[in-house]
Amino acid sequence: MNKQILITAIILTLFAVIGGGLVSLTEQNTSEQIKTNDKLALQKTLNTILPATQYDNDLTSSVIRIAANKLLGTKQQSSVYIARKNNQASAFIFNAVAPDGYNGNIHLLIGIFSSGEIAGVRVVKHKETPGLGDAIEARRSDWILGFNTHSLNSLSNKQWKVKRDGGHFDQFTGATITPRAIVKATHNCLLYFKQHQPELLQSAGTAKIKE
Amino acid sequence: MSNDYQKISQDGLWTNNVALVQLLGLCPLLAVTGTFINGLGLGLATLLTLVLSNACVSAIRHWVRPEIRIPVFVLIIASIVTIIEMLMHAWVPGLYTILGIFIPLIVTNCSIIARAEAFAAKNPILPSVIDGFMMGIGFLLILILLGGLRELVGSGTLFDHSELMFGEVAKDWTLSFADNYRGFLLAILPPGAFIGLGLLIAGKNYIDLKKANVQTVSIQPATDQLTQ
Repeated sequence: MNKQILITAIILTLFAVIGGGLVSLTEQNTSEQIKTNDKLALQKTLNTILPATQYDNDLTSSVIRIAANKLLGTKQQSSVYIARKNNQASAFIFNAVAPDGYNGNIHLLIGIFSSGEIAGVRVVKHKETPGLGDAIEARRSDWILGFNTHSLNSLSNKQWKVKRDGGHFDQFTGATITPRAIVKATHNCLLYFKQHQPELLQSAGTAKIKE
Repeated sequence: MSNDYQKISQDGLWTNNVALVQLLGLCPLLAVTGTFINGLGLGLATLLTLVLSNACVSAIRHWVRPEIRIPVFVLIIASIVTIIEMLMHAWVPGLYTILGIFIPLIVTNCSIIARAEAFAAKNPILPSVIDGFMMGIGFLLILILLGGLRELVGSGTLFDHSELMFGEVAKDWTLSFADNYRGFLLAILPPGAFIGLGLLIAGKNYIDLKKANVQTVSIQPATDQLTQ
């Protein structure tokens, strides 16, 4: 009887070893490709905000980590990508969260030129209603492009709102909450940039040394 | 022997269809069929898993003791799905991002372990592979049918995002059937999946019923002749 149990255990172990072996073999052979893919995907998203002509460094590896901040809507450290041209920091791309979407958090990438102008805003992840709130995606409408070139100087604090609240930006028919959340998050990100610009430029300098 | 294969095929594609008759694997079925391409992607991944797991299970059926067969089957299926997931992440990243959690969840698709237990564990390799293939095709067909229907009704397009699967060449395969179509939300949201699947099941039952009627009618004259 004991022998039977032993044989059964050995068979089971054998299968576990073979299965595990095959999985780790595949893992080894695909991990490089997967890393490249993830990097390419990130590069592609960053490029939609900041055209490749605007920088000449490796954007995906020129990253600094910043502490959680209420203005960015972040609860943990987040990454900031620093674009450089001719060794001058030309733009910063922030990960920001709009916490007050219709269906929870809307994750954004917000690019800001060193001058304080918006380079571009893109929605990375959201749970807004398909067909109503999802017009914030660049592939569904060009509403999100309306932020380009705006800054704290081009619009006053009162104008950084949707039209229904007396501001500058359009809302969609049937969905005001979603655009309102994004306008607010973008405005807050600009405020964050204004407050922290000196530190950011300084860390941009150190990030360059690390490269 | 060829009769056997015919029966296996008919079982997988129609009489014992995974989605329409066994009603297995409904979670991924209902969740990803928002578009044709999503359905096709998950369908192909499930098909591949079914064929491979049936082949492995059948190959080892004489060595595995009955008391540990279920853990061994689970182990085999989990390894296969993990490998497929990694390969998809490496070679079709766009589709992988969209299907996301539903690829690893193929492990929990009951139809796979059901076929391992009910068929592959008792039959030689070739019939098992064919059984896995036909069951997979049956599931795939329902996935793309439901995906296509929901995409057509919900967004007025077909084959949108083909490039995620077939590369840049497929960028303009998207068929758009109406300009300025506002979309029909219900079809894209989960209720649309339930209603769509319900209609497909009803459709299948209707066809079966009609067939059965035709058969009884054609048998009638024969019995009449006998009594004469």
